[in-house]
Amino acid sequence: MLDAALLSRIQFAFTISYHIIFPTITIGMAVYLAIMEGLWLKTGRKVYLQQAKFWQKPFAITFGMGVVSGVVLSYEFGTNFSRFSEIVGPVLSPLLSYEVLTAFFLEAGFLGIMLFGWKRVSPRVHFASTLIVAVGTLLSAFWILAANSWMHTPAGYTIVDGQFHPENWMDIIFNPSFPYRYFHMVIASLLSSSLLIAGVHALYLLRGKHREFAKVGLSFAMWVLMVVAPVQILVGDLHGLNVLENQPVKLAAMEGIWETHSGVGLRLFAIPDQENATNHYEVILPKAASLILTHEADGEIQGLDAVPADERPPVGVVFFGFRVMVGLGFLMLILGLFGVYARLRGRLYDHPILLRFAVAMIPSGVIATLAGWYVVEVGRQPWLVQGLVRTMDVVSPIPAEQVATSLTLFVVVYTLLFGTYLYFMRKLIRKGPAESVGQDGNVSTPEDLLPVTLNPD
Amino acid sequence: MDLALVYLLLIACGVLMYVLLDGFSLGVGIVAPWLERDEDKAIAVKSLSHLWDSNQTWLVFGGVTLFVAFPKAYSLVLSQLYLPIILMLIALIFRGVAFEFYFKSDTSRWWWNFSFSFGSILATLSQGLILGTLVQGGAEVGRLDWLTPFSLLTALSLLLGYGLLGSCWLVRKTEGSMARRSRTIARALLIGVVTCLGIVSVWMLLTQAQVAERWLTVPGIFILAPVPLLCGWVTRSLWQRLGDETGNDLHPLGLGMVLFLLSFIGLVAGMFPYIVPGQLTIWQALAPESTLIFALVGIVVLLPVVIGYNIYNYRVFAGKTRMEDGY
Ligand code: HDD
Ligand code: HEM
Ligand code: HEM
Repeated sequence: MLDAALLSRIQFAFTISYHIIFPTITIGMAVYLAIMEGLWLKTGRKVYLQQAKFWQKPFAITFGMGVVSGVVLSYEFGTNFSRFSEIVGPVLSPLLSYEVLTAFFLEAGFLGIMLFGWKRVSPRVHFASTLIVAVGTLLSAFWILAANSWMHTPAGYTIVDGQFHPENWMDIIFNPSFPYRYFHMVIASLLSSSLLIAGVHALYLLRGKHREFAKVGLSFAMWVLMVVAPVQILVGDLHGLNVLENQPVKLAAMEGIWETHSGVGLRLFAIPDQENATNHYEVILPKAASLILTHEADGEIQGLDAVPADERPPVGVVFFGFRVMVGLGFLMLILGLFGVYARLRGRLYDHPILLRFAVAMIPSGVIATLAGWYVVEVGRQPWLVQGLVRTMDVVSPIPAEQVATSLTLFVVVYTLLFGTYLYFMRKLIRKGPAESVGQDGNVSTPEDLLPVTLNPD
Repeated sequence: MDLALVYLLLIACGVLMYVLLDGFSLGVGIVAPWLERDEDKAIAVKSLSHLWDSNQTWLVFGGVTLFVAFPKAYSLVLSQLYLPIILMLIALIFRGVAFEFYFKSDTSRWWWNFSFSFGSILATLSQGLILGTLVQGGAEVGRLDWLTPFSLLTALSLLLGYGLLGSCWLVRKTEGSMARRSRTIARALLIGVVTCLGIVSVWMLLTQAQVAERWLTVPGIFILAPVPLLCGWVTRSLWQRLGDETGNDLHPLGLGMVLFLLSFIGLVAGMFPYIVPGQLTIWQALAPESTLIFALVGIVVLLPVVIGYNIYNYRVFAGKTRMEDGY
């Protein structure tokens, strides 16, 4: 029988994994929409407006999914981790409060104008609204990642009667792992949305549909990919060094290193064996891990044996999660390079292999993001606040049946909802852009952009 | 200055904002099944598309502010009321996605109508159960204490109350036969709301010593007497305005909100200074000062800005709902 604590953890992991899929797409796409609308205002070329209007629809439903799944999370700290809320609340809650005030209200307030206000405000005000929504999503990520990073690298607090009291807010917000995590996550969003955008346009080109429209989108997204993919690898590398410094046990799990030693090899593949504290079927690149992490071929790296077995995270998840993320990151880089190559030869829009590759990569951003989060969060276990609070100690004393009930409800509802979401995404993408966007780029006329044809009265 | 009181006031304002704003949004979902034509239902959904998210955000604001100021109360209340809260959250999912998918569907409109109304009704009932349980002093973790005759009564009251606000919103945002229909629905709901308010009040006076003492002895009776008197006056004038089709179409909504405000004041007056009646007072649950001050700076500076652009949003979409606003 599963106990309430484990069920609560599964529920939290499930609901937050579900949630993060949507922000990953919306954060980057909001930036894309703002850029397209800005380009339209600047150049007056209709195709940019067409881009903005088309992508707004997938954006809207993705955003909606993000909102409804996010509201659940904001209450779940209290419902399922009541002890945690009580003792860590004084440090984390103001960060969430700032998130609501600077980001959630902002996004919600201007989203309405962005989606439905085309004919009610001037193009400039409309553009400003789009921009504000984009800024809102970035601010939201700022605060929630500050809170999350603090749980990995706590700073700026004292403990009074078992409760965490804030001492220095700058230290709390800009805790040691926060800058890395923030940039890594924002870039992950840019990558994920670019991959979606590139893939959909590649699909249109493959099918010979909406050619002029698709060329603009594909070209833009492939440029973004080319620039951002290598930056992500660089930031990821720095992030790894930061983990080595602050959470060496997690790093050892990521690399599958059981024993502390020097001249550590990089495991390209292995099957970690938690019980016997060893790996099977290893494929090792000699000394490479030491070289990457300590910049010396003979550098020493701490292994999992530095802590007792009950303070080690489940190594398999962390180890494979890390490899999935990094592997996909390099695939993205290859796609970006391939794009440049095809572009130089003037074949970006009709190189069948490139286009198919781009389509196949559509989900890779989201998958890498989820894998990355699993590395980060599972790698921290058994701690909830690194080294200070154990996850198992702070769950709510709710009976297991109730958590099982709620978990079942979430699984059923979320699964159905995700199917619906994919159905509508597919429908919008198949329908494609409206062919005639506004006479002379004027937004206030085209009938075919209307979502409904009902007549009031 | 007593920070506990400041935060109590802030949370009360946040909850009130939520109840008034999402109240009418949920209310539209509650009365939608009683609208006559499919077009009317589409307009009802459309009239909220641009603001349901802002309105719902007050719920997040209320929850997070409680978390900031009274972490003990936050964790106590949420784990004691586990199931109704989860139900509310899931119901809000059904409600929220309906807005996004409604106008993108061709054949499944009926389903999104259902999802919209089902979500709105279930969310409201859960909130009513939560309210009723809190007023009666909370529940024991893991028990079904939140399911009592009293909490069922508060759930029903809230359902009728939100429905009233929702139909008043439709009076404001629609025209012709739909507006007339909304007036009829609002009048029917008003009768229900006033009846429920009466029963709830008497019930509380009879069963809760603290409430009775505050309301029925000098000087409380003189300070609080205006509340029920005003309620009576507001009800009368709301009833009249709902009957007057040529009058200002914003007045019914305004009066409906005043009725809510008065009931809210009545409730808080009975509960103060408990944050969870009988279990925790605001001073017992208070967070450390550094937390309170840091968050307060943000709230004081940013809340006016938030309210400002929310008003702007309403003004951009002022007037009757038009079907052609879209993207
Ligand atoms: C890196 C980004 C990120 C991460 C890690 C999270 N969120 Fe999120 N969240 C967003 C980025 C975001 C976002 C981009 O701001 C939203 C708005 C729409 C969307 O798709 O995601 C969002 C929506 C959103 C909403 C709805 C806001 C509204 O009503 O407009 C809530 C209440 C939360 N989130 C709460 C949480 C909580 C409690 C989290 C952690 C436990 C969390 N989010 C993780
Ligand atoms: C958004 C992407 C995120 C994902 C995919 C994610 C995923 C996970 C996973 C898989 C666990 C379970 C680990 C385990 O028990 O073995 C976990 C734990 C946890 N995470 Fe995250 N996390 C994310 C972000 C966050 C953020 C932003 C916060 C808080 C600010 C947070 C707070 C927690 C808490 C409180 C737990 C403990 C509960 C548990 O063990 O399930 N997480 N997360
Ligand atoms: C290819 C080289 C990459 C490297 C070396 C790298 C490195 C890392 C490291 C070390 C962490 C863990 C940090 C911690 O435990 O605190 C991490 C987390 C993460 N990675 Fe990567 N990463 C790479 C590529 C990617 C890609 C391509 C994506 C997504 C598109 C991605 C998304 C994430 C996310 C979302 C997290 C969790 C949040 C965070 O800590 O920022 N990573 N990455």
